[in-house]
Amino acid sequence: MSSSIQAGMKAGIPRTKASGKKQWSIGGIISNVILTLSTLFFIFPFYWIITGAFKKQTTATAIPPEWFPLHPTFQNWSDLFKNAVWRWTFNSFFISFCEMAAVCLVAALAGYVLAKKSFPGRKIIFTLFVAAMALPKQVILVPLFTMLADFGWVNTYRGLIVPAIGWPFGVFLMKQFSQTIPTEVIEASKIDGCSEVRMFSTIILPLLTPALGALAIFTFIGSWNDYFSQLIMTRSTSMMTLPMGIATLQGEYTTNYGVMMAGAALASVPMIAIFLAFQKAFTQGITMGAVKG
Amino acid sequence: METRVRKINPNVLRDWFMSYLFLLPAFGFFLVFVAYPMLRGIYISFFNYSLRKFEYVGLSNYIDLFHNEIFIKSLWNTSLLVIITVPVVIVFSIFVAMSIYRKKEFARSFFRGVFYLPAVSSVVSITVVWGWIYHPNYGVLNYLTGLFGAEPISWLGNEKTALLSIIAVLITTSVGQPIILYVASLGNIPTSYIEAAQIDRASSWQIFRKIIWPMLMPTNLYIIVITTINTFQCFAIIQLLTSGGPYYSTSTVMYGVYEQAFKLGNFGMASAMGVILAVIIGIISTIQFKYFGSDVEY
Repeated sequence: MSSSIQAGMKAGIPRTKASGKKQWSIGGIISNVILTLSTLFFIFPFYWIITGAFKKQTTATAIPPEWFPLHPTFQNWSDLFKNAVWRWTFNSFFISFCEMAAVCLVAALAGYVLAKKSFPGRKIIFTLFVAAMALPKQVILVPLFTMLADFGWVNTYRGLIVPAIGWPFGVFLMKQFSQTIPTEVIEASKIDGCSEVRMFSTIILPLLTPALGALAIFTFIGSWNDYFSQLIMTRSTSMMTLPMGIATLQGEYTTNYGVMMAGAALASVPMIAIFLAFQKAFTQGITMGAVKG
Repeated sequence: METRVRKINPNVLRDWFMSYLFLLPAFGFFLVFVAYPMLRGIYISFFNYSLRKFEYVGLSNYIDLFHNEIFIKSLWNTSLLVIITVPVVIVFSIFVAMSIYRKKEFARSFFRGVFYLPAVSSVVSITVVWGWIYHPNYGVLNYLTGLFGAEPISWLGNEKTALLSIIAVLITTSVGQPIILYVASLGNIPTSYIEAAQIDRASSWQIFRKIIWPMLMPTNLYIIVITTINTFQCFAIIQLLTSGGPYYSTSTVMYGVYEQAFKLGNFGMASAMGVILAVIIGIISTIQFKYFGSDVEY
């Protein structure tokens, strides 16, 4: 283990000659080889999903494997869409979008107040949020489920969207970011007689935009991938989300890997696209949540 | 008290009122959908609670659990999962981060993206394709190991390999965030420290041990805590690949919670397992904070 770290070390900190050129060390070469191999290992499943989605059933399970679909077919896709895939896709987008919008609004309000206002109970409330974040979300799912069942929210959009708004991560992120807003800005606008609501909507919200962008992507992807909640909260085929639907196909198309891969591609490509498009904001959001503000 | 109350002027009161108003949506949702279910979970764990009945049984759910072989096995599997996954994730993430953080911006975001892919794309998609890769007859893995003369293995059907196969998938979905964080923290280490050490002819290992590792400590803490929690929560991979089998060799506490509640309908028993899981995670997180976190605060 330690030798691989050392190898990484040498690659990470190139010793420079007087000429300023990088000096290739054995460690550097080893580390690049390991990096390349792990890259292949991480990309291969995606390659297999994409190519698998266009393979005929007979060649998908061929040994030796068909590394590239030489005779691509769209049969898998038309088979896939015989299921309620449009509905599932709509459900996934709808649920993720609502959750994203609600979390961003609620978290921005609370985060700003927790960072910039002083009032009795501020510390206790923030501690409660942080403490809850450290506990696993799944621990509350059984009592949450029985509660939502009492409400009659099982197998509804409400049941999938509303409980997720309570999760305090967004508040935490917004509080961290709000602390970087200069207090002078707030004081100046107060002196100018700006009302609290107006100040929030015209001054604070625009300043929070980068953090809100990151939180929005986080929440969207998190909601899309929240398989456990989807599994316990959906009953009928028409309420299923895309990942949930794809998971149920597994039973139906046990050996038809082409259809499964078409479904897997459909469930992951939108998230990959969102991630690639907003990688910068996303990366900032991750760092923001971890590094103290 | 009297004097303090008198000092508060209406402006301050209005300010407080507005603050509470802004806080109300987040805190309200939090109380109803997070805090209350947590307390309710503890309460339910003392009941024999199924669709038919709701009767108080005291500690018997807990006592039953600790006499239940399957639960003990799940505890053991969960521990294994954490003990293997967390260190591998840390070492691998540091290795990748150190290899890429000095690279050009384009290469850096390329590699960050590659290692984040499994975390960001749907866990169901990743799991489904791994199910195929692991397949004893049609899987690529057995074909590749076969090229080296190995006998085909039923990776997920064999008690000895099933948990490790799950761990491999879990690791690929877990390293994305740590790598991004390590790259960011490495970028924050002043280069002058490392250059000074290099002038003093310190070896790479010494530089790592004495400068880089200590400066990574706050990041380490955060990553260890979140990776531990994520590993405890691992569910979709297990449910979709093995459903806890064979012979409960991949059943974890989290999977047990699901099975008890949503397959067998024993909500009381499931809640007791949830409470035990929460207590374990709470203890571990506290230890991790105490051990690593002397200089970390929010």
